[in-house]
Amino acid sequence: MKYIIAIIQPDRLDEVMTKLEEKEIHLVTVTPVMGRGRQKGISEIYRSHKEAGSLLKKVKLEIAVNDEFVKPAVDAILGGAHTGHVGDGKIFVLELPECIRISTGEKGRPAIG
Amino acid sequence: MSKVFKSPPFWFFAAFLLFTVIATVVAAEEVVPAAAHAAVDTGDTAWLLTSSALVLMMTPALAFFYGGLVRRKNVLSILMQCFMLMCLITVQWVLFGYSLSFGPDIKGIIGGLDWFGLKGVGLEPNPAYAATVPHQAFMIFQAMFAIITPALILGAFAERMKFSTFCVFSLLWATLVYDPVCHWVWGVGGFLRADGALDFAGGTVVHINAGIAALASALALGKRQGYPDKISPPHNLPFAVLGAGLLWFGWFGFNGGSALGSGSLATNAFVVTHVAAAAAGLTWALLDWIFNSRSTVLGIITGAVGGLVAITPAAGFVNVVGALWIGLGVSVFCYMAVALLKVKFGYDDSLDAFGVHGVGGIWGALATGLWATKAVNPAGADGLFYGNPAQFFIQFKAVIVTAVYSFVVTFVLLKVLTAIMGARASQQDERIGLDLSQHREAGYTVLE
Repeated sequence: MKYIIAIIQPDRLDEVMTKLEEKEIHLVTVTPVMGRGRQKGISEIYRSHKEAGSLLKKVKLEIAVNDEFVKPAVDAILGGAHTGHVGDGKIFVLELPECIRISTGEKGRPAIG
Repeated sequence: MSKVFKSPPFWFFAAFLLFTVIATVVAAEEVVPAAAHAAVDTGDTAWLLTSSALVLMMTPALAFFYGGLVRRKNVLSILMQCFMLMCLITVQWVLFGYSLSFGPDIKGIIGGLDWFGLKGVGLEPNPAYAATVPHQAFMIFQAMFAIITPALILGAFAERMKFSTFCVFSLLWATLVYDPVCHWVWGVGGFLRADGALDFAGGTVVHINAGIAALASALALGKRQGYPDKISPPHNLPFAVLGAGLLWFGWFGFNGGSALGSGSLATNAFVVTHVAAAAAGLTWALLDWIFNSRSTVLGIITGAVGGLVAITPAAGFVNVVGALWIGLGVSVFCYMAVALLKVKFGYDDSLDAFGVHGVGGIWGALATGLWATKAVNPAGADGLFYGNPAQFFIQFKAVIVTAVYSFVVTFVLLKVLTAIMGARASQQDERIGLDLSQHREAGYTVLE
């Protein structure tokens, strides 16, 4: 089992969700987050005072998958979020030791899907 | 109990209790029955009462205009301060504020206390102020102005003032600054009125007065922690837009109602008010476009409010051409004030109460001396562009007198209050936010 965390641009979310659906990956947790990467942000202007805008709006996806779904999930995120510009985001893949479904108490492989 | 939450001092409640007792005594007095008064014009009265309601609405509108511009943790403190003024100043006004402002003149400086508790202020018209409406209609219309004026100031000390001190300050400011200045300009016998200074709806009394007091309080209280680099942007600009829109709407009562009747003068005031707001909003949008490469929402609403401020003293004296120039000019001056002046001098006028109301008010008062014409209002005067340069200097004197008085008294008052009870919230309270530290409430929940 793997735990996939992806930080992407907010405007790419719809596209990523569509691609995940196509790969039959339905389980995903989405959070709006603030973050900072290599790219410069768009500074905001309030009554002529420019805000530095050091943190940018991003979207975080969290997906737990069985091993055979890791590549399809990563491909879906890449396909939906890639534009080739700095600031497209990152994907992290982590080992996932355990997973428990709260409604049934199932553990491991069957609990994820 | 944690140090964060301090109870207001006992005397704070004692003062309110005293108010209630006095109010009960006053209310027991006989009121003249509402018989049909021959001189009362129902059209005029209907418009003045409607206008009073419109002007009252401007204070909650201002609350949203300001409330949207502060950080999330302070939104309620702004709403609360505005709402408190609606309650506090109303009681002050009917007890003695109206009498100090409009009561029988004492040496051109202040009204006497003859009308304490509205004694003698009944349903008969008072021809000295408004011959065709009940005296109480005029009184309650003026009450709304007395409420919103201290509310304008709070933009300058937003996000850092202790609530108990705010209440005491507002009550004293209304009594020591608003009521006298109101008397000078509008009270029968007031010395600026006797000079011939033109202030149709409160450019001097309300906007310069509040705007300069705002500058004085920004200086007296000092900057917010983290100003200017570490202050988050406005937390809810849609609130600010809602507030600005309702201010514009309410301003038709503010200026249109100041005709104290429903005829042609009210119409002129209504029209030029609208035109000046539009011209000013447009000008600010263009200035933003030129200097910041984008026109901003906060910019256009700031401009529109500035236009409303500037046309206020002029609304009953200028025509549409004057209104266009006043609207155009105010955005240029206010833009310079908030974008350049504030940065250069480094004072923390948090929501630009001075930058918009002070600067816009001064421009409006002076511009009235430029574009006023008797063709609009025979009871007014001609301005510089209509062959009477003297009017400009009369306006100038009224501006200087009001500005100096307001600045000095406000500054001293706040310094005295700082010494007695402390004006600023503690550093920790300020960091936590005034909503939680002063009111033990939160504007928004995070979890359902």
